[in-house]
Amino acid sequence: MDMDHQKRALDNLEQDVEQLRKATGDALSRTDLERLRGDIAQLKREFYDNISPWQRTQLARHPGRPYTLDYVQHLLTSFHELSGDRSFADDPAIVGGFGWFRGRPVMLIGHQKGRDTKQRLARNFGQAKPEGYRKALRLMSLAAKFRRPILTLVDTPGAYPGMDAEERGQAEAIARNLREMMRLPVPILVTITGEGGSGGALAIAVGDRVHMLENSIYSVISPEGCASIMWRDATKAELAAGALRITPHDLENMGLIDRIVPEPEGGAHLDPAAAAQAVGDALERALAELGALSVADLLERRYQKFRRMGQFFADLA
Amino acid sequence: MAWFKRDKDSIQSPVPPEERRVRTEGMWDKCPACRKIIWRKDLESNWQVCPKCEHHFKLGSAKRLELLLDDARWTEHDSELTSSDPLHFTDTRPYKQRLREARQKLGMNDAIVTAEGVLSGRQVICCAMEFGFIGGSMGAVVGEKVTRAIELAIARRCPLIIVSCSGGARMMEGTISLMQLAKVSGALARLDAAGLPYISVLTDPTTGGVTASYAMLGDLNIAEPGALIGFAGPRVIEQTIRQKLPDGFQRAEFLLQHGFLDAVVPRPQLKNYIASSLEFFLA
Ligand SMILES: [Zn+2]
Repeated sequence: MDMDHQKRALDNLEQDVEQLRKATGDALSRTDLERLRGDIAQLKREFYDNISPWQRTQLARHPGRPYTLDYVQHLLTSFHELSGDRSFADDPAIVGGFGWFRGRPVMLIGHQKGRDTKQRLARNFGQAKPEGYRKALRLMSLAAKFRRPILTLVDTPGAYPGMDAEERGQAEAIARNLREMMRLPVPILVTITGEGGSGGALAIAVGDRVHMLENSIYSVISPEGCASIMWRDATKAELAAGALRITPHDLENMGLIDRIVPEPEGGAHLDPAAAAQAVGDALERALAELGALSVADLLERRYQKFRRMGQFFADLA
Repeated sequence: MAWFKRDKDSIQSPVPPEERRVRTEGMWDKCPACRKIIWRKDLESNWQVCPKCEHHFKLGSAKRLELLLDDARWTEHDSELTSSDPLHFTDTRPYKQRLREARQKLGMNDAIVTAEGVLSGRQVICCAMEFGFIGGSMGAVVGEKVTRAIELAIARRCPLIIVSCSGGARMMEGTISLMQLAKVSGALARLDAAGLPYISVLTDPTTGGVTASYAMLGDLNIAEPGALIGFAGPRVIEQTIRQKLPDGFQRAEFLLQHGFLDAVVPRPQLKNYIASSLEFFLA
């Protein structure tokens, strides 16, 4: 990938400066050295700010990226995972449970991908079936009953497009979550941590705050899916990734998300603990803000937040 | 109903041309179900239901409202809303051009008509999607119009009927389209809380983001016979499982059997079915 090449060039530049320092000894002044280091840091920042939507898609899908259970490990204590939709099955593509987040009890729900081939298959690549969305709603209703805030972590290529999922009402399960999440009387905080894949992502992403990690994406269709439908050529995915405006900055500009959570330099996979810390800090701030609202206020604001989304039309009258 | 069962083989109908011959442009249609040649005028006078086998062809939004609303009269709302192409989206052609062509072809500004009218004597808010307009897809305009229609139903304390016919969220408006699912579903939560009935009518096809939001959230979900209804489209599923889907998969009758529809209602009975349901809820 072109991006790796550029990243290596930057790393080499850093090493060159170190070698220069060693080779020249005291001949290179301290200020010159600082200036060089500053320039390189600036180049790096610009590089990561300006990576293409397709490159960001690759980072969002990076196999080393922290997944929901990694965030649980970093952010929660005494986590109790809860299973099953009480109707059909437990879906391993969505995990959830309660735990303590920085001193307060919360319900946390998120998509779960696998690390190796066996895990990936077991987790169905993070593609949930209806029972996954129904489990999520069951846990959210449980949280509401005991007035616990809900944190959701979103990272899925999409809802599973298989026969069994259709038979058991994939569309109905997603639709019900959208309607019910709009009226759950507790704060709901959403973080898109990797891939925000269409309805399968949105089904646990209706909330009072929507945060996105710097290298995550949120889209109505995957770039590959869009390319094969609109260009009739899946290899045009890079073009589609740009056309669909799926990066956090684009989505923030359109008013669809509330906050971009910065990642450690080079991406969350290089320092999962630091990434989790940043996610947690943003959540803690948002929880404090929302805690001050009455339930009526909370729900009215949640409604209006989505109600305002997409005022992109002209009135010809 | 008489108009539905009327004998179409009367002497007024011209003789169908041989199948192998080039069709007389615009006068004949071949029914995909019974493979018989039908005179288009017969199809039109029969609300686009095959007079030979009762296969349901797509019905345009205006005809749909004519079918459902008394005296074929209604007041349309927000007909002037039109997409501003927020992403400046271009694939093989600019989205702006696709919009322009759809507007010219159909004489409407987006893929839904939201209307206020009377159904069997009762004031209702009735929305009908138009598949001919970019596959009946939902972007910001459809999402906004449906949401306004729901809010109007709440303000007027009227029942709501939405007839869906859609390939799903509109790709050319990206994540904005996706957010319409949440927006409309939120408005439906308020309609529900207001104790007002919502009847969702699913017609061929209803897939993707429309199914995964308002089409599946009716107090009653009813569908026309044979309608394709699903989240993922059949082609996507076939690519996933690498095999062909069985006949009837994702059809209305299949969904009825699996518990996702209240009833499958043929077009000629649709209006009466809705009227008697509303009577039960509101009398
Ligand atoms: Zn036929």
